Amino acid sequence: MTPPGHPHSKSLRVERLPHIWCQGCGLGIVLHAYADALEETGIDLDKVATISGIGCAGRASGYVNTDAFHTTHGRALPFATGVGISRPDIKPVVISGDGDLFSIGGNHLIHAARRNVDMLVICSNNFNYGMTGAQFGPTTPSETKTPTSPYGNIENPFNLVALVSSAGATMVSRWTSMHPIPLKNSIKRGLTKKGFSFIEVITPCTTGYGRLNRLTPLDMMRRLREKGKIKQVAPTEAVCDPRHEIILGDFIDVEKPTYNEVFETLTKRAGGES
Amino acid sequence: MSGTQAGRFFVHGDWACAEGALAAGCRFYAAYPITPATEIAERLAVRLPQVGGKFVQFEDEIGAIASVIGASYSGQKAMTATSGPGISLMLENIGLAVMTEAPCVVVNVMRGGPSTGQPTGGAQGDVMQCRWGTHGDTEIIALAPQSVQEMFDLTIHAFNLSERYRTPVFLMADANIGHLYETLEVPEAKGIEIVDRKKPTGKPADYRAFKADDDLVPPMACFGDGYRLYATGLTHNEKGYPDMSVEGQDRLVRRLCDKIRRDAQRIEMAEEHYTGDCDVLVVAYGITARSALSAVKKAREEGIKAGLLRLVTLWPFPDRRIEELTRGIKGVVVAEMNYGQLVREVERAAMRRVDFLPKLGENPHMPEEILAAIRRAKK
Ligand SMILES: Cc1ncc(C[n+]2csc(CCOP(=O)(O)OP(=O)(O)O)c2C)c(N)n1
Ligand code: SF4
Ligand SMILES: [Mg+2]
Repeated sequence: MTPPGHPHSKSLRVERLPHIWCQGCGLGIVLHAYADALEETGIDLDKVATISGIGCAGRASGYVNTDAFHTTHGRALPFATGVGISRPDIKPVVISGDGDLFSIGGNHLIHAARRNVDMLVICSNNFNYGMTGAQFGPTTPSETKTPTSPYGNIENPFNLVALVSSAGATMVSRWTSMHPIPLKNSIKRGLTKKGFSFIEVITPCTTGYGRLNRLTPLDMMRRLREKGKIKQVAPTEAVCDPRHEIILGDFIDVEKPTYNEVFETLTKRAGGES
Repeated sequence: MSGTQAGRFFVHGDWACAEGALAAGCRFYAAYPITPATEIAERLAVRLPQVGGKFVQFEDEIGAIASVIGASYSGQKAMTATSGPGISLMLENIGLAVMTEAPCVVVNVMRGGPSTGQPTGGAQGDVMQCRWGTHGDTEIIALAPQSVQEMFDLTIHAFNLSERYRTPVFLMADANIGHLYETLEVPEAKGIEIVDRKKPTGKPADYRAFKADDDLVPPMACFGDGYRLYATGLTHNEKGYPDMSVEGQDRLVRRLCDKIRRDAQRIEMAEEHYTGDCDVLVVAYGITARSALSAVKKAREEGIKAGLLRLVTLWPFPDRRIEELTRGIKGVVVAEMNYGQLVREVERAAMRRVDFLPKLGENPHMPEEILAAIRRAKK
């Protein structure tokens, strides 16, 4: 049953609520910001496809009242590329996790940014593989203890903002789930902008990362508030360390011809009609 | 815009496959270069933009198949082509296409394996991989062309089957056929039978994306149509939403398999030569079937009642026909370009041991080898 008067009855599949996420998890806030952005931009919901990979973050696509697809682990981006290239009238929006997009799907991420297919990517970064039980991943800070790094993580984390910027994205922003208004505004911009747009959202994984590091949900939220600092810096300077400083803001916003725009000129050169 | 370029051409099998895809209505192709399938990509890179289609070269085969499923859900007829190593990478997403019932065509121009193997050498070593490679219970449709003409015809048929059954369909060509030059006749577009997926007819609000009709195939809306479709690789209910209950798994997997199993005899295609009265039956497919036919004809000249069953569909496997044809006969010969794959199926269906002629290392069987086996089997 549709709860009467649900504030997002237009943009969410409210009959599927409540969602599966844990209490205190930041993923609900990301979904909320996306739903707000869909409604406030007035974008035609029939022309948006919400696509995700596997993981807690990847479950978002199942709650959104647009065309939506839950792909295999890591493959949301190439799936979205297939949608965006074959149907230029549809805006693909990928919502997925840091592990999905930067570990198993990392190769697709840099190539999707390089190709500049018109799509928006919202990456919930909770510094671990939440769904499988909080193991370390490509964003986990060094020395963090996780079930598969019981003596501390000996690897170095990616800086997603720096990585995606250097791969050629035309819009790159970072927020936390404690900054829902600027997050929503960035999503609105990404929805209407042409090109490969990327938004990183730092979200607490309270059940995994939090519990294992003796942080309560409230501690984690406070930490994001305290360590999150809005600064205008180059993407390479945009530090992301939940123990020290998480630099937030819009780092890149440029215009470049999209893959489909360039393909159109190629089609003309080939003597075809699109 | 029609993609069919009618006429007579002297071309290789990969070229014919590309033209068959266009004639079938394929307007999205994604792939990563690999011998001996690259020529399909090269041809489609020229041709797709001419007909308003999209050619995308991906960073790897996993991306290629994922994008093909995305394009399929966006309403396009979509294809990818590769060889063994690429198929190995695609298998997880081929399972996704089965699970989400995404029509698409996957071409495997087979080379010698395992691993990087013999890149330019033809083989038939992936015929079990295509059947069983992805995890879980699936039914797979796979076709095996034996000529350049069939690279064209069966590519079209593969699209038609994929649209009809909403499932990925394999075209299993050996590299020998992919790289063979022969005459290809491309008919006028109006002479080509094209099947398109069933579309929903009701209102979007009533649409249940995975509610099947009596044929066990659900009508398919696509992205952008206003149906607000949702699909997942998780076990799902008729609405497409996750349902991981015992009953949910049982119901869905049975339907996905049964939509093909129940129609197996309609899907099965084989060509028979001299099987009416044969004492010795040869079973072969792909390039091997051509040597086998020549051997069977020579055997007949020698007075041996040999016959040939040439498999066109490898999957579904024609169990019943093999059982009928082998009942009470003197011998059965299986020739294939691997170290023993479909021979197991023949033995299972025939319920007997057969004379098996393996072949490793790019050169197809010579008719004399098969003839010698026919002579042996006759005794
Ligand atoms: C091919 C494959 N390998 C592994 C898994 C198991 N798996 C499911 S979700 C996941 C990690 C997800 O991490 P992330 O993308 O960061 O999402 P989160 O759960 O943290 O939101 C893994 C490893 C899988 N589903 N598929
Ligand atoms: S496990 Fe972590 S990421 Fe997943 S829902 Fe729970 S809190 Fe959120
Ligand atoms: Mg994560």
